Amino acid sequence: MSSVADEDTTPSGGGGDGTGEVDAVRTGLLATLRGHLGDAVLESELAGGDLWVRIDRAAWARAADVLRNSMGMDYFCFLSGLDWMVNPDLSGEKVWDPDGGAAVEADDDEAAAEPTAPAEGGLRTGVAGGDSRFQVFARVFSVSAKVGITLKADLDERDPRVGSWVGVYRGADWHEREAWEMYGFDFEGHPGLRHMYLPGEFEGHPLRKDFPLLAREVKPWPGLVDVEAMPGEEAAPEDTEAAEGAES
Amino acid sequence: MVATTDWQKSAYIAGQAADARVNVELETEGMTLNLGPQHPATHGTLRIVVRLDGEQVVWAEPVCGYMHRGYEKLCEVRTYPQVTTLVNRIDWLGHFANEVPFILAAEDLMGIEAPPRAQWIRTIFFEMARIANITLFLGDMGVQLGAITPIFFAFRDREHVLNLMEAATGGRFHPNYDRIGGLKEDLPRGWVEEAKAAMKKMRGFCDEIEDLLMGNEIFQKRTRGIGVIPPAVGLEYGLSGANIRASGVDWDIRRDEPSPLVYDQCDWKVWTHPDGDSFARYWVRLQETREATKIVDQLLDSLPAGSIQAKVPRIIKVPAGESWVHTENPLGEMGYYVVSQGGLGPFRVKIRTPSFNNVSITPWLLRGVYVPDVITILASLYFILGDIDR
Repeated sequence: MSSVADEDTTPSGGGGDGTGEVDAVRTGLLATLRGHLGDAVLESELAGGDLWVRIDRAAWARAADVLRNSMGMDYFCFLSGLDWMVNPDLSGEKVWDPDGGAAVEADDDEAAAEPTAPAEGGLRTGVAGGDSRFQVFARVFSVSAKVGITLKADLDERDPRVGSWVGVYRGADWHEREAWEMYGFDFEGHPGLRHMYLPGEFEGHPLRKDFPLLAREVKPWPGLVDVEAMPGEEAAPEDTEAAEGAES
Repeated sequence: MVATTDWQKSAYIAGQAADARVNVELETEGMTLNLGPQHPATHGTLRIVVRLDGEQVVWAEPVCGYMHRGYEKLCEVRTYPQVTTLVNRIDWLGHFANEVPFILAAEDLMGIEAPPRAQWIRTIFFEMARIANITLFLGDMGVQLGAITPIFFAFRDREHVLNLMEAATGGRFHPNYDRIGGLKEDLPRGWVEEAKAAMKKMRGFCDEIEDLLMGNEIFQKRTRGIGVIPPAVGLEYGLSGANIRASGVDWDIRRDEPSPLVYDQCDWKVWTHPDGDSFARYWVRLQETREATKIVDQLLDSLPAGSIQAKVPRIIKVPAGESWVHTENPLGEMGYYVVSQGGLGPFRVKIRTPSFNNVSITPWLLRGVYVPDVITILASLYFILGDIDR
């Protein structure tokens, strides 16, 4: 992380399939953001005609102010959370093993296609990297320039706390309530974090990866039937996982 | 009343404050009114708690969650092809339009593109979903103002589009027709001619509705200057689609963003209205429906021949990565932020629905309006409850 914090090493060229002129606009945006936030811009990625920027969580609220007031990002698109915890029970459900054994997907060889190296603790974080389990991410857009930015910030796992955007983008109010409810993120300065969808006495944060999907506790994943080989038919070579799951 | 939760407490405090103010002026008492959960102005169940000072709203708070189905969580335990079944049900009146951005996001991550014929048919169905969706709005708005006839016309003429949907996909409301790399199947024989006839009828419907409502004095009085949203406030709340175009913001994702959908292949216009009131929102949607029929007509004429399915593996695995794809859905900007870690299903799907943001402006917008206008403003914002709660 210390190496990516260095400004000179940050501009990762991205996938290279974006068009030239749009990318010039986005490179300019990134430079402006870097000018305002300085070292708080940790990592960025410009790929496929889209821009991701990961910033320090201390600068999260200030970033909103910069984006709206200095960079013309007048349209608030969404704000939500990400939980990078690897949960074999949940991700393995597509090839459900009734014995509750190790998930098939977790240990096959797809990791080669990873854009970023897994961080410590086995986390496989996404575009623009990350080094904690929780991330808050948001997207804003400029209606006049027709470009958008996706912002991310790492949050502390035990105390996921970040500044609120409500003072800058009023529309962030409900989105932060939703992230508070679904992920347990605390937004400092939000006028009233309360439940959005769930009843007031609900406990837990449903979109965290360690929150069990109760329907699956009652009835194991029924989708297995779809990937079983037909009677008298050999399983196709690419269905190895399906066949593995179907054995039990 | 025992104040148990935070929002109830704030409602109570706001109510007390309103009472204090009202009592000084008029010696009246404030009143808390529950609109909903079941209310004909809402497609689904939404409860709006309003605190009234006489006939005037001093404080309003929508209460969501009556239709929360946890799609973001469910998407994490589904394979990619299974997800379309779920997302069909987000905005149930714009059914097909919900599938497209998700499939486009998955295709973007896989690096495949559907053949031209599939993209053409996708765009045609996307616009048909828009017509079917907005038709109901055009009729429903009349009902909120006491005009019963428009809704019958809307239900009658929406059938033309739904029948076409059913003929091609097998589903009137949940077509589940889009596939990664293409479509479920090709159009049936004779469909193109029928579709053209239906589009003509839909243009007739637009004319009819315009005759019925637009010049009507009651309609004008009840919508002009009511529920005005300034463009800056609308953008800050994330309003999109016709709601923001009715505030004079000339932004349409169909026109402004590069997309595999073939909107650049036809000649059409994005309508805006400078007023930002309920009337403007209605007017913009009416024009949009007309434009949509024109888009469908042109695409039917230029429909290319060929395959409707790109070559994809039998078991679909999406390479690791993140993709944000948004489209201009009937209700506004709909987007999927799909995070893949290379498995059979998505690792995380953030579904950005237009109605969620469109409704979040109501506490701001309803302050100070009169009770009957609450209904017309809500109807003119046009939200689908499945689209708020997901």
